[in-house]
Amino acid sequence: MASYILKRLAAMVPTLLGVAVLIFLLLRVVPGDVVEARYLTQGSQFQSQELMNQERQKLGLDQPLWRQFATWMAGLARLDFGLSMWTSSPISEEIKLRFALSLQLALMASTIATLLAIPLGILAAVKQDTWVDYAVRVFSIAGLATPSFWLGILMILVMLTVFKWMPPVVFTPIWVNPWDNLAQLIWPALAVGYRYSAVGTRMMRSAMLEVLREDYIRTARAKGLRLKLILTRHALKNAILPVLTVISLEFAFLLGGLVVTEQVFNLNGLGMLFVEAISRRDYTLTQALVMLVATVFLLVNLAVDIAYAWLDPRIRYR
Amino acid sequence: MAVTREALRQLAGIEQRPGWLSALADFIRRRPLGTIGAAIVLAMVFAALGAGFIAPYDPLETDYGAMLAAPDAAHWLGTDAFGRDVLSRVIYGSRTALTVGLGASLLGASLGSLIGVASAYFGGRTDLVVQRVMDVFFAFPVIILALAVVAVLGTGAGNVILAIAIPMVPRCARVVRSSALAVREMPYIDAARAEGFGSLRIILRHMLPNVMAPILIMATAFLGEAILLEASLSFLGLGVQEPTAAWGLMLRGAAVQFAESAPWMAIFPGLAISLGVFGFNLFGDSLRDALDPRLRTQ
Repeated sequence: MASYILKRLAAMVPTLLGVAVLIFLLLRVVPGDVVEARYLTQGSQFQSQELMNQERQKLGLDQPLWRQFATWMAGLARLDFGLSMWTSSPISEEIKLRFALSLQLALMASTIATLLAIPLGILAAVKQDTWVDYAVRVFSIAGLATPSFWLGILMILVMLTVFKWMPPVVFTPIWVNPWDNLAQLIWPALAVGYRYSAVGTRMMRSAMLEVLREDYIRTARAKGLRLKLILTRHALKNAILPVLTVISLEFAFLLGGLVVTEQVFNLNGLGMLFVEAISRRDYTLTQALVMLVATVFLLVNLAVDIAYAWLDPRIRYR
Repeated sequence: MAVTREALRQLAGIEQRPGWLSALADFIRRRPLGTIGAAIVLAMVFAALGAGFIAPYDPLETDYGAMLAAPDAAHWLGTDAFGRDVLSRVIYGSRTALTVGLGASLLGASLGSLIGVASAYFGGRTDLVVQRVMDVFFAFPVIILALAVVAVLGTGAGNVILAIAIPMVPRCARVVRSSALAVREMPYIDAARAEGFGSLRIILRHMLPNVMAPILIMATAFLGEAILLEASLSFLGLGVQEPTAAWGLMLRGAAVQFAESAPWMAIFPGLAISLGVFGFNLFGDSLRDALDPRLRTQ
């Protein structure tokens, strides 16, 4: 078990290195750099080419590419993300509060998705090919089709016009004021959770349909077990694994990929930070964000595989 | 090929394929949801092709006398902050959505399936390297990868197609590769090799046609997603640019700003996106069921 985890962790290194190289080069291909971006917004500060070059020197942008990369890697090895090129403050500081917001939102959305997907999927499978099944399928396909940012706009619209109420606009961490925190985050979590429940629901439905045809279910029925007990004790346990996989893998992407939803709900999460960083050509910050999301994704992947083997003893690690 | 198929069918005791009209009737009867999806898709294609005839106004024509006008007989879905007719813009928007959606999913699916088949065909070290590179792309959220590509290439419809297609390549490649691995072991591939055909010919003529079902399934699944991604990018101001009529773009800026006083600006373009993607997903689902018996939900 331990050696399996170690082996998997070691296998993450080349992938992460690949991600690092890709984002490093991608950013350098983008026309313009942070100095130019700043020059465009606050023209007075860097009037001459000379001053701009001085600024580049200070940021290390005049160094050859391999050295810039080596410096970055050396920092990463010490878990030091360095300074933001735009604000000059430590990146870990920049990210901290936004990470808390994005993490909480991702957790809430995944919870909502799970709570919707499992019962709906079971219901659709048990009532297969009835109007219940069709309704659930339409509900979930509609969820896939509705952009969560549009759902967000509609939610805000309804709250404004019908309830004359607006969720708080400033983020309060949950440990400061849980009520304000939830009043703000529950809406985006619902909009995103509904959308992501769709994949889970469909997965739950098909996994359940497969399991319900197994012999041991027939046996359970034959011995007169109540349907509820068959579903929860026998069927669900065997059908739930793929659903949990889908939802947890999406969790990693919810962490950094909610760019548009954050925009609609005016949330300062990692997604918005990413857009800001890229438009400011803030190389260090963009790189740090990409590495963060990629690492979380790979770790979640590993966690899912471990959970699989733990939940299903038939699966062995290789 | 046709003869072999015929012979196979007779051997397996499968009856002759019925005519397309009765096949269509069969599809409608057996897959009501798929039929609804197909109808929505057809309506969208119709709107996109015939936008010039259907739309009551020029989608770019501004009318400062009728800014933010509520829906009425003159403007069925109201007007936006520049007095442009929302209905006309929604109709013309289907052009943008379909162009970008079709372009991106065609490009993504063909590049992805080529890489997937080649990776499976060559196997060994090539396969390993290709898979590792795909892993790297997998570790990015789709929208982030698309944003990065837009940052490199700039905005505009053509670049948006590329930006959406690139994140789709590794996903398609992975699915197609797994199907192609099975095809590679088929005797007819050995036969082709023994015949002395080159790798390119074997990949294109012998392997690709035999993994067409998963490719088609992936491509239709991508279509809906591509339309959504285009809307998201345009909504962020990083996709199609003003004044082009695009659904995501219509939801940007003034639509949110005036959401309370002029809700039609926010409601109808979003409805168009949902309906369009809904149609493609329903249709794609049924297509998958019809094409791939293994995935059929009985």
